Amino acid sequence: MSKPRLATIWLDGCSGCHMSLLDMDERLFDITERVDIVYGALVDVKEFPEDVDVTLVEGAISSEDDLRKIYEVRRNTRVLVSLGDCAVTSNVPGMRNQIGPAAILERAYLENVTINPQLPGPMVPRLLAMSRPVHAVVKVDVFVPGCPPSADLIHSVLDDLISGRVPVTAGVTCFG
Amino acid sequence: MSVLTLTIEGRDVAGQTGHTILQVARENGIAIPTLCHLQGLSDVGACRLCVVEVEGQRKLFPACVTTIDEGMKVTVNSERLAAHRRRIVELLFTERNHICSVCVADRNCELQDLAVEVGLTHFDLPLLSPQAVVDATHERFGIDHNRCVLCTRCVRVCDEIEGAHTWDVMGRGTEARLITDMGIPWGDSNTCTSCGKCVQVCPTGALFEKGRSVAEARRRRPYLPYLVAHEGRTR
Repeated sequence: MSKPRLATIWLDGCSGCHMSLLDMDERLFDITERVDIVYGALVDVKEFPEDVDVTLVEGAISSEDDLRKIYEVRRNTRVLVSLGDCAVTSNVPGMRNQIGPAAILERAYLENVTINPQLPGPMVPRLLAMSRPVHAVVKVDVFVPGCPPSADLIHSVLDDLISGRVPVTAGVTCFG
Repeated sequence: MSVLTLTIEGRDVAGQTGHTILQVARENGIAIPTLCHLQGLSDVGACRLCVVEVEGQRKLFPACVTTIDEGMKVTVNSERLAAHRRRIVELLFTERNHICSVCVADRNCELQDLAVEVGLTHFDLPLLSPQAVVDATHERFGIDHNRCVLCTRCVRVCDEIEGAHTWDVMGRGTEARLITDMGIPWGDSNTCTSCGKCVQVCPTGALFEKGRSVAEARRRRPYLPYLVAHEGRTR
């Protein structure tokens, strides 16, 4: 039997969830023995592959690029995991929802800038009106709240998924 | 005062006339989740987390404001109650802007703990993301309406213990907001005694003491009156 295919993706988050994933120390050897990592910040693959068993999604859905990617992830993933508060609640990226993208961009790229103030051009993905949790856009199978979720928790979730068990996160991890 | 007997979670227990289900349950080591309840303050049944089932009754009863009856059979834990409690906590989270990771109360918050207790891992309801303000006009304290769950513990402690009644609630439903005096800035209140009781009873990060977050450490050199070097300096 071939190994389960694991992907990770980093959308509107701070990479802290990926850092926490790396923080599982020597257990990484065990995990990488048991899966094929086929996409993510940890491997140099440009296109999201087909037929992925588990994808860990870090970050909220905040831009047109995030939106395009999450649809592609969902289309090609059997078990989609919302990893961390940004993916689960929109967390810090969602703090702009009361303000709106136009005012935010103006503040960040014009008002607070001293050298060559300009709004991001067409090379930068446009912000959506709202930064939203992943499950507001596509179906999510497993929720792992935490900012970030601990390495122990990520390990136990991965261990369960690789072994074909359904991870239970209710009652074991808090928001924040 | 007469003694009444009843069962809670199938256990025979006893309490006095006028005692609440919550009181008797806790006296007997039976846990019921609460949020707006705080021992020593009056109970108002604001949060509804303590709802229980009473045999023979279709509706649910808030344990904190329901007095016991002879022969009452009370259920504290059921799938129906668990679902209601999870939904209540979810409603509290989605009605305001609770960003635990950047909150002054992170890891010291009863709402955050309740989410774990009731097994809430995400919100099915959409986030309302309301416009909510921070009032930092008081010299020592602040209120962040983004984090308020309208438990009214602050209102009650201010009224019942401090006797000031600076706090109250204005508006209805999702528009309801805590106010100081008749809706003036906290710093302008002339009824507030600056006792800080409201800050101490707040279950979330809504009421906080200034000077406890990043870059806020202010020295109070007058506490060292035997040093002369600080004379006339405020920082």
